Amino acid sequence: MLLALALASIPLWAPRFWIYIATQALIFAIFAMSLDLLVGYAGLPSFGHAAFYGVGAYACALLALGHVDGLVPLLLAGMLGAGAAALPIGALSLRTSGIYFLMLTLAFAQMLWGLAVNWTSLTRGTDGLIGIPRPALPGLDTLNVSLYDRGPFFFLCLLVAIAVFVVLESLVRSPFGKTLEGIRENDRRMRALGFPTFRYRLAAFVLAGMVAGIAGSLAAMSNGFATPDLLYWTVSGLALIAVVVGGTRSFIGPALGAFLVLFAQLGLSTYIDRWELALGALFIAFVLFLPRGLVGLVRRA
Amino acid sequence: MDVLNLAHGSFYMIGAYTAYTVVMATQNFWLALLVAPVLLAVIGAALEMVFFRRLYRHGHLPQVLMTFGFTLVFVDLIRSRFGPTTRAIPPPPGLGGAVHLATATFSSYSLFVLGIAIVIGALLVIGWRLTRLGVVLRAGVSDKEMAGLLGIDLPRTFTFTFAFGAALAGLAGVIAAPEFAIYPGMDANVLILALVVVVIGGLGSIEGALLGAAVIGLGYVIGSTLFPQFAIGLIFALMAAVLIIRPSGLLGRRS
Repeated sequence: MLLALALASIPLWAPRFWIYIATQALIFAIFAMSLDLLVGYAGLPSFGHAAFYGVGAYACALLALGHVDGLVPLLLAGMLGAGAAALPIGALSLRTSGIYFLMLTLAFAQMLWGLAVNWTSLTRGTDGLIGIPRPALPGLDTLNVSLYDRGPFFFLCLLVAIAVFVVLESLVRSPFGKTLEGIRENDRRMRALGFPTFRYRLAAFVLAGMVAGIAGSLAAMSNGFATPDLLYWTVSGLALIAVVVGGTRSFIGPALGAFLVLFAQLGLSTYIDRWELALGALFIAFVLFLPRGLVGLVRRA
Repeated sequence: MDVLNLAHGSFYMIGAYTAYTVVMATQNFWLALLVAPVLLAVIGAALEMVFFRRLYRHGHLPQVLMTFGFTLVFVDLIRSRFGPTTRAIPPPPGLGGAVHLATATFSSYSLFVLGIAIVIGALLVIGWRLTRLGVVLRAGVSDKEMAGLLGIDLPRTFTFTFAFGAALAGLAGVIAAPEFAIYPGMDANVLILALVVVVIGGLGSIEGALLGAAVIGLGYVIGSTLFPQFAIGLIFALMAAVLIIRPSGLLGRRS
């Protein structure tokens, strides 16, 4: 609660540049939370989660450029587009587990990246789709509130992030979430108890993909463009780092991790020459001293 | 060892830069071939004893984060010492020419690399199958607890294995140095290919890794010739196909 209030006050006092960075961090936090549904709760270490972030961004971008105006349809497009991609990829990847699963999800994401680069008639290749408009807010534009301003767009991302947080939290507390954790701990026993474990895993994979798609739509609106970079494996890697730094099996941890990783990268690269070395040392120190991530601090206390 | 080490590509890069340093200083490629594995074995053993040892019980994710941290540290150290530009060294004396076999022409250095690869591959398979250390390692991989109970000194075995793996990566870096460009970032390229190779072959299987390397090597060359833009995509498609049909790799044990 306090955190949400502190975040909500950012547009009131922060310089424009930092509002922009905080917006990016919020979008990245939504993405990291969706990944932790897989990594933490379902025990599925995906290294290709950027696939759904990117597909969501492209789905939203194509619709917005096709003159669809409206916040809800655009977010839905990202969500459903990503979900549609997650279904077959999940069905195939979930035949494997552990490092094989990690590599297979990476392979699918890289293939989609290759598709985004090469299918130029749809995606315009490496140039990407540019000039994506942000939707109008019917009713609110009379009050002079527009998503083209940094403040309102930041609030939109904050609202979506809080909504995603609440939905994911209640999901993992539901019987569905408990079943997922049971499958993570002992698949064979859950199967013996009569749970169709493959379907549960697939459902978690598609859900996580859909939430990543929402983050992707917001990213497309925020940047005004969608490029193949969104699907590149480094994006998946960065999200995985945010999840581990923040701490798995919680949603507040990955969200905080997303902020920390983004700000550490930006802060160090601004002020230190050898920033990669410093960032690397920071990650090493994190694993040594906080192997359970940021939430480990709170849980131990 | 069931450790996911993203810094393995860095060992390869350090090997290549060691070769560069030694060859520039002494003009002696064979000396580099000796120095680099020793240096990397020391680095590998030190990293294992100080850092990675603490991580085995925490699962793969902290390993990913920490070893990724090390790749950042190593690449930055290399860049600060040697700069961002691409370096190259000549092939060792006597191996700079070309050899004509039937209708094709090969560089003699490529044939030398082929020979070394066959020798090392054969030694690895023999060591893995027939020596005491190979038996101990296979036991450690398949059941850590049981191997420990049977009186095997696992910490020492793991340190040795890690150092040996690092030394081999360094050796590969030296051998690659005259053939490919030496630059900060060569680590990431070779790491992805190596991961794909071991996953296709099946984890914990030396023969699988050799088979995977053959499959990927051929796939990569054919891919680069037919679709130069999409060679790496073809590699991933190949891996996806293998894993969908055989979820534990070509020669991996079924879990």
